[in-house]
Amino acid sequence: MHESREHLQTLTEIRSLMERSAKFLSLSGLSGVSAGVIALAGAAVVYGRLQTDWFRLLNYNRLEPYDNSVHADITQFLVTVALVVLGAALLTGLYFTIRKARRQGHTVWNASSKRLLWAMTVPLATGGVFCLALLSYNLIWLAFPATLIFYGMALLNGSKYTLRDVESLAYCEIGLGLVSLFWPGYNLLAWTIGFGILHIVYGLAMYYKYERNTAHEGPAGSV
Amino acid sequence: MKDLLAQFNKAFESKARLNIMSVLMVNDTQSFNALKELLGLTDGNLATHLRALEESGYILVQKQFIGRKPNTIYSATASGRQAFSDHLNALEEFIKNL
Repeated sequence: MHESREHLQTLTEIRSLMERSAKFLSLSGLSGVSAGVIALAGAAVVYGRLQTDWFRLLNYNRLEPYDNSVHADITQFLVTVALVVLGAALLTGLYFTIRKARRQGHTVWNASSKRLLWAMTVPLATGGVFCLALLSYNLIWLAFPATLIFYGMALLNGSKYTLRDVESLAYCEIGLGLVSLFWPGYNLLAWTIGFGILHIVYGLAMYYKYERNTAHEGPAGSV
Repeated sequence: MKDLLAQFNKAFESKARLNIMSVLMVNDTQSFNALKELLGLTDGNLATHLRALEESGYILVQKQFIGRKPNTIYSATASGRQAFSDHLNALEEFIKNL
């Protein structure tokens, strides 16, 4: 009987090693929540500055009456806000992920996190260049759904190397991006849902699923 | 019972070797340092186990340089993969038959 328990433990250990070595599992749910909150703040800033009707902001037709200098102004403002939101979300996300990795007794910069980063960088960089091209043609209303779609693709590609649940978030982002392509009037709303609300919902779900029980324990010894 | 135990691979008697093989089953290649960190073994201990697995023909060793730093990477061979799954199947049978 004793021997069987030993074999079972061996199998459990093998399984954990296979998961741990192939996937980056230190991604924290709180990273998603913080990214979502920052995105909501960014959306509020955009709304406050443009002072337009919440749901129909950035409608292509509404921007038409303005001349090119206003277009350039709005574009610059939106890109600045988007970049600040991206930077702040990455920084806080990194903070929570490093904290989780420390608690688990794992490192952050290892083979699996590098693989995850690379898997996400390629679609994200492609999307970034694509959006720059759209901006240069004054197609900013198209850039909003495009960021959602490319971000969803990046998550889908990255989900192979981290928690499987990221895949569902990816499908939501892609779906939302595609839908908002056909409702260009609701761009800011779609963007707020995609980067704000979805992140918060996903982050909380992950936090309660994987982290709540371990959050207050000290650093767990590595198996 | 005796038959089942005969299937257990001698090369995997040590848990460390079984663990090394598990990591190499799901990663195409893995560096010495990454293995060390994952398994929590000392340099000497890990090197000994890796050499034993190499001598059985279960893993492939490639030495390369990143700048001036030597970097050794390991991968599982076809026979290593076969031996590992046979061993796991034997373990499974053993547990099932209790």
